[in-house]
Amino acid sequence: MQTKIAVIGDRGSVLGFKAVGFDVFEADTEEPIASRVSELAKNDYGIVFVTEELIAANPDVVEKYKDDMLPAIIPIPSRRGSLGIGMENIHKNVERAVGADIFNNG
Amino acid sequence: MAVLQVNPTRMELSRLKKRLTTSMRGHKLLKDKRDDLMKKFLELIRENKELREQLEEKMAQVYAGFVVAGASMDDAVLQEALMLPQRQVFASVKTRNVMSVNVPDFQFNDTGGEGRDIYPYGFAFTSGELDASVDALQEVLPLMLKLAQAEKTTQLLAEEIEKTRRRVNALEYVQIPTLQETIKSITMKLDENERSNLARLMKIKDMMVAQQRQASQG
Repeated sequence: MQTKIAVIGDRGSVLGFKAVGFDVFEADTEEPIASRVSELAKNDYGIVFVTEELIAANPDVVEKYKDDMLPAIIPIPSRRGSLGIGMENIHKNVERAVGADIFNNG
Repeated sequence: MAVLQVNPTRMELSRLKKRLTTSMRGHKLLKDKRDDLMKKFLELIRENKELREQLEEKMAQVYAGFVVAGASMDDAVLQEALMLPQRQVFASVKTRNVMSVNVPDFQFNDTGGEGRDIYPYGFAFTSGELDASVDALQEVLPLMLKLAQAEKTTQLLAEEIEKTRRRVNALEYVQIPTLQETIKSITMKLDENERSNLARLMKIKDMMVAQQRQASQG
C-alpha cells in the first residue's frame, strides 16, 4: 500500500521538509491539531511527523492512534530543540510492556 | 477463592476437569508468548532508542543549518525557494507479522525527480548554505523512516505484551484456582453422598436383619 508522509509543525521547523518531498502542514505552537490529524489518517497518510511542542499541546492525538497500525504519529524535535518527549514515549512504552522502566539508568 | 455455582454432579465434574486442562494449556502457551514477545520487544526498543538519539542529534544540526541559511538570505526568497518541491516522498507499507502482531514495514518511494537533483529552486538567488541544509535533511529521511517503523512496532508490541500479560495473570490467579477449587468441592460433595448412601444401606440392612430375626423367633 502506498501512503503519504505528513509533517505538522510551526513554520520555521517544517519549512525544509517541503523541499525533500514531505507534505507539510503548518500549525502554530499549541494549536489544536486533532481534527487535522484525523483528516490525514482518513486520507492515506501512513506516517505523520509532529513537532514535540504540538505533541505536548495535544497529548490525546497520540493516544488515539497508539494502538492502530496506521498512521504512525512520530514526535520530532522542533527547531527550538528537543523537549525529550520522544524519549519519554519510549520509556513509557517500556514501562507499559515490562512493568518498570528498565532504561532509567542508561 | 470463590467456587463456581454449579450442580455437584459427575457430568459437571468431568466438564470442569476438561476446562481446567484447557486453561492450563492456554496458560502455558500464553506465558511462552509473553516471554517471547518480551524478548523481541527488548531488542527493538533498544534499537528504537538508538535511532531516536541519532535523529535528535541530526535534526539539531539540520535546524542549525537552516537558521544559517535563513540568515544569509531574505526570508521571502527562502520561502519561495522551498515552496514548490521537485518531488513527493511516499512510504509504501507492508504488513509484517511479529509474533502474530501486525506491524508496519515502511519502504521509501519517491515520485518525480529521478536523475534530477533534489533542490527545488534555481541557484541564482539562494545561498550555498541552503543547499547544504537541504542535503542534510535529505540524508536524515531514511533515519526518520526507520524511526517511524521502529517506534510504531514497539508501540504495538507493548500493547500486545500488556494484553497477553493480563490474560496470563487472569488465567493463573483467577480462572485456574477457581476451577481447581470447584472441582475439589464437587469431589468432596460426591464422596459425601457416597458415604451417606453407604451408611443408609448399612442401617437398612441392620433393620432388615433384626426384623427377620424377630419373625423367626416369634
